[in-house]
Amino acid sequence: MSIVTVQLGQCGNQIGFEVFDALFSDSHCPQGLCSKRENEAYQASCKERFFSEEENGVPIARAVLVDMEPKVINQTLSKAAQSGRWKYGQRSCFCQKQGSGNNWAYGYSVHGPRHEESIMNLIQKEVEKCDSLSGFFIIMSMAGGTGSGLGAFITRNLQDQYSNSLKMNHIIWPYGTGEVIVQNYNSILTLSHLYRSSDALLVHENDALHKICAKLMNIKQISFRDINQVLAHQLGSVFQPTYSEEGSSHYRRNPLGIDWQVRPPLSGAPTLGKMSVNRNLHFNTSLANLVILRGKEVHSADLGGFKDPALYTSWLEPDNAFNMWKTQRAFNKYEKSAALVSNSQFLVKPLDMIVGKAWNMFASKAYIHQYTKFGIEEEDFLDSFTLLEQVVASYRNL
Amino acid sequence: MTQSVVVQVGQCGNQIGCCFWDLALREHAAVNQKGIYDEAISSFFRNVDTRVVGDGGSISKGKICSLKARAVLIDMEEGVVNEILQGPLRDVFDSKQLITDISGSGNNWAVGHKVFGSLYQEQILEKLRKSAEHCDCLQCFFIIHSMGGGTGSGLGTFLLKVLEDEFPEVYRFVTSIYPSGEDDVITSPYNSILAMKELNEHADCVLPIDNQSLFDIISKIDLVVNSGKLGTAVKPKSLVTSSAGAFKKRQEKPFDAMNNIVANLLLNLTSSARFEGSLNMDLNEISMNLVPFPQLHYLVSSLTPLYTLADVNIPPRRLIFITTCKLKGWRKAVLQKRCRLYRLSSRSTANWMPQKACPWKTYPD
Repeated sequence: MSIVTVQLGQCGNQIGFEVFDALFSDSHCPQGLCSKRENEAYQASCKERFFSEEENGVPIARAVLVDMEPKVINQTLSKAAQSGRWKYGQRSCFCQKQGSGNNWAYGYSVHGPRHEESIMNLIQKEVEKCDSLSGFFIIMSMAGGTGSGLGAFITRNLQDQYSNSLKMNHIIWPYGTGEVIVQNYNSILTLSHLYRSSDALLVHENDALHKICAKLMNIKQISFRDINQVLAHQLGSVFQPTYSEEGSSHYRRNPLGIDWQVRPPLSGAPTLGKMSVNRNLHFNTSLANLVILRGKEVHSADLGGFKDPALYTSWLEPDNAFNMWKTQRAFNKYEKSAALVSNSQFLVKPLDMIVGKAWNMFASKAYIHQYTKFGIEEEDFLDSFTLLEQVVASYRNL
Repeated sequence: MTQSVVVQVGQCGNQIGCCFWDLALREHAAVNQKGIYDEAISSFFRNVDTRVVGDGGSISKGKICSLKARAVLIDMEEGVVNEILQGPLRDVFDSKQLITDISGSGNNWAVGHKVFGSLYQEQILEKLRKSAEHCDCLQCFFIIHSMGGGTGSGLGTFLLKVLEDEFPEVYRFVTSIYPSGEDDVITSPYNSILAMKELNEHADCVLPIDNQSLFDIISKIDLVVNSGKLGTAVKPKSLVTSSAGAFKKRQEKPFDAMNNIVANLLLNLTSSARFEGSLNMDLNEISMNLVPFPQLHYLVSSLTPLYTLADVNIPPRRLIFITTCKLKGWRKAVLQKRCRLYRLSSRSTANWMPQKACPWKTYPD
């Protein structure tokens, strides 16, 4: 089962390169801490997912690179080719001369329709190379113009064209102190559009990654490369092959999906008889959790703590909400490693902050003329605000 | 990669423009070791084979033959332009890119705008179209002029209307030099106000530069350099005010240092668009982020440091650019480009926040 990655904008392309690099380094790492046969199965599975048939022995990443200006794509392509171990397809990139100018409206309304056919064709070609497609992994940032605007447009198109495949959008939450003044506008517009067309949003916050680099890794002068490498490491530990609970004889086939679908209780139906007594208000309630364990002694690991009903909302059984994947093969030479992917209230606070800031700006109509110039009217903004307020409210009520 | 065309109008505009082209050439020479005409150079220069007569000599790739600036030089008196053409930069300018007259505008906005505007409208349009045709993807016009004079102020702002009608999609970045309090042109207030109206309506972004501030910066630098406090820490010829002698005369005229600062400013503004880095900032992004309302497009700029340290551990180009959008009557929206984000300077790795008053005091030890 293969994943097609779509890298959008400067951020998407820079991260995409680091992700493929991390995946490749790990799969070709000699110390897997497991049997040779197991290692080979792991490698084969990883290769099938992310790389396609080699020409001259060099694997080609299953990726489509899109950006509206050439500098970053050129840099990414040359870095990949220079490493000599893997590379990007020569014709899998699309680029223009002039960027989107951090303008969501420009990315969505101008670049989107203009280049829709070319980009979808590129994606189609990549999909045809796959034996069986498990889904799309779209890497984008929320603060810029191309990643956010064009990303939202492409995701909607993928929804229309490949409605049976999963789409997971990897979005980069901008620094709270801001890299771009209009980032809050761009973020709310992106999120509201993605909510309607994407299946899952995997979020990485720049602030959190920066703290990891500063506090845990003690890096003095943190560059974006360091941040991207931390990110790639985290993603790699999630996406590399694992066994699921049911089939322990072969590697799990679908890397992108567990059943994230959550069915809230119908009004009037009895709740599942659990009295959530003394629920701590600061407790982070989850809808679903996924734990991935790699390395030694995974089979004997005790994850009972994750099945505590207090972690989940009252209308969910922990057994339905908690998933666990394991593999004995170590990731990146770590003897034991664990990863957690969680659908919880964690993002309520950042989301609320962004919506608040965007609303303040919107109240004085600052910068709106830059968006109305390209067809995004005030009603679109208001729609986005409404949708996001609903999302925040639903999560708060878990 | 996109291209930009620089239009220099009037005596002030042309003198600054000259410093700008000199610095641009030196910057690219330092970066481009192999002499290949790449996309970074193509943003301001054309690669031309001078052996071919006429217009067909443009070469788009390969080794650099002869670089021609993407510029249009306009002045209603010949002195300044002639001086440029006799100086070391004469080969950088195409003779077809000049528009000159003999009499000058006499520090009168009306003469510059109405008289010369109507007289030279066709010629101006033609030269601009020509320079636009030489560009693959034209993103921006940089107009350099002064507000106090006649040509720069009058004809410069007339140009804006022409550009808006002819090239509506292309950004118009205007660098305007505002007169100081001790300006010796009596009519400069009138000229400035008349020009402001045009700037308000037809420019996309204005970078106002105050002559008085430039004077103050120069005196501060001179004070510190001459007092010897910096000692061996500063490379002697590395002040942002020193030029390599763009003009014929070797002695530095009083305005040379000031022009150099403005030229540095313009170069740094575009450096992230020309060179690659971990977080690129293009010109349209600058306009998008700093212009909240269409008519409030005046960007106040500052520059630091104003010299280069001789210590080799510190990379030579650590120029951090802070731009604030001065919203008259609103609270200042300060876009402080924090250094960890590696904004406009593509090769800097600085990690400190500069102070406003004395830039050299904040240098890390």
